[in-house]
Amino acid sequence: MSKRALDIVAGKAPEAILETASYLGDEMALVERSRILEVLQLCKDDPELDFRMLTDLTVVDWLGTDPRFEVVYLLYSLQHKHRLRLKVAVPEDDPVIDSATSLWMAANWAEREAWDLYGIKFRGHPDLRRILMYDEFVGHPLRKDYPQNGRQPLLRRPDATPTDDETTRLLETSHDRRVE
Amino acid sequence: MATKSSIAETLAQTYDAKGRQAGEIALSPSMQAFADLAERLPTDEVIVNMGPSHPAMHGTVRVVLRIDGETITDADVQVGYLHRGFEKECESSAWQQIFPYVDRLNYVSPMLNNTGFAMAVEKLLGIGSQVPERAEYIRVIAGELARVADHLTCVTASLAELGGLTAFFYGNRAREHIWELLEDLSGARLTHSYARIGGVAWDLTADFEDKTKDKVAKVRGFISDIRKLVERNRIFLDRMEGIGAISADDAISYGMTGPCLRATGVDYDVRRAHPYSVYDHFDFDVVVADGGDNLARYLVRMEEMEQSLQIVEQALVQIPPGAVIIDDPIIALPSKREVYNSIEGMIAHFKLIMDGIRVPPGEAYAYTEGGNGELGFYVVSDGTGRPYKCRCRPPSFYTTAAMRQLIVGANIADVVPIFGSLNMIGGECDR
Repeated sequence: MSKRALDIVAGKAPEAILETASYLGDEMALVERSRILEVLQLCKDDPELDFRMLTDLTVVDWLGTDPRFEVVYLLYSLQHKHRLRLKVAVPEDDPVIDSATSLWMAANWAEREAWDLYGIKFRGHPDLRRILMYDEFVGHPLRKDYPQNGRQPLLRRPDATPTDDETTRLLETSHDRRVE
Repeated sequence: MATKSSIAETLAQTYDAKGRQAGEIALSPSMQAFADLAERLPTDEVIVNMGPSHPAMHGTVRVVLRIDGETITDADVQVGYLHRGFEKECESSAWQQIFPYVDRLNYVSPMLNNTGFAMAVEKLLGIGSQVPERAEYIRVIAGELARVADHLTCVTASLAELGGLTAFFYGNRAREHIWELLEDLSGARLTHSYARIGGVAWDLTADFEDKTKDKVAKVRGFISDIRKLVERNRIFLDRMEGIGAISADDAISYGMTGPCLRATGVDYDVRRAHPYSVYDHFDFDVVVADGGDNLARYLVRMEEMEQSLQIVEQALVQIPPGAVIIDDPIIALPSKREVYNSIEGMIAHFKLIMDGIRVPPGEAYAYTEGGNGELGFYVVSDGTGRPYKCRCRPPSFYTTAAMRQLIVGANIADVVPIFGSLNMIGGECDR
């Protein structure tokens, strides 16, 4: 059944799919970076595919190869009970990819995590800030060149960029006015 | 937002009605002072912090609320306070050394995490069908007991936050029975590390079956007591019914799974949709509820516990005799007797401990029904004894992502039951 989903995607967007594979019952397709949003849209809206759930989004860091990163989308269809794994190669010097937040709300936090831990920028994400690490953290800890035992003292750096976090900023400027 | 005149006017209408001309305001001095004071009260939106260290925020999560009076107009849910670098640690551990780490993901149902991770590695090794059936049954029994413990923790902690402390104690006593069983099985009460790649660590104890039958009856009694205690309680119903509702479409879009998704009427349960292990041998219902609110989530969890107990009972009847771990010296550790008495056993033991299991290069995504939903492991191997990547698909993470939508528009007091019923587990959400 899964095989069918892969065939449909490859049939409907042949120029966007660079490579398809099947391993241990999992179906996967390598998608061209510039057309990922189009393919995801097709996966979600096509009634034969009907991938209404973005199960997970993660990144694999193949340090030493080019392109270095691989963004992985795990899709699931509740109706047809099939799964598909889409992959996009992202180079190190331009780690940018279109955001899927317009398609699935799950992409919001998942992409924030991918940015936080791997440093992949998602174009069009409404609120791309760190989620698991703290704002002052420098670097992206799950990259293979980040040392496992790396330590960073937690301090507000003078050169730190101001936080994008609107609510936290509101917190800083919020008042505690009391009645005179 | 009342202006000066309107506050005084309202007070005048309420308290100084006697002989009053329209538009005339003649308040008593104390009343006038109160009106002046009220006029200077700030009525802007205020930012309030809940957590990360808050008695009701039982995972460590921080919720920044923007409130207008009692109503939440905006919220920012901030997670990550329990981030321990699970993936980073996995990348430098041998495959079999990861079990203690996965115990600490969802620390209220570690047996389910053990099974989920073991299945991912078995898929990659291509030995999924060679795991002895007895081991699969033991995994199911242990996993379903863990699911009951998980749901009990969620439901009764949530009830305690609503003031139902008695239900909390009943729940804890029921959970204690389950933990005793799991302790018999694995030697540990909380972090079991009981599953192994290719099976489980050791067989059931001799009296496990009798003990389990006895304890299952006791747990049923406690669950029924809790239900009788709260389900007709007006305070409980007022705070659960219609609060924190989410539509099925939104829940799916947020990637919610497990009891939270089934509470919106979607019958997605990995055990039924994609039967793994031996789940196709049992007769059980996928519990769904309508409404997607706190009450629906509570009811789904309550009924699921009963279904889990029924699976345990069926499994105890069906369980076949036999080995509990795969007989393959490059995957499973040899027995102590072999290690001490034969050179082959000793070499196999040494190689496994020093080099780890050689998992062929490739990648696999294996998914199971965890306590909170679809618990997936996306593992990538480069052929060494250590995972190149070991990603846990955390159900709580996606459930917590939906929390902002659920609490905006609700009252401050509703944050606690909504958060409780979503069952965010910090260890799993933040990894």
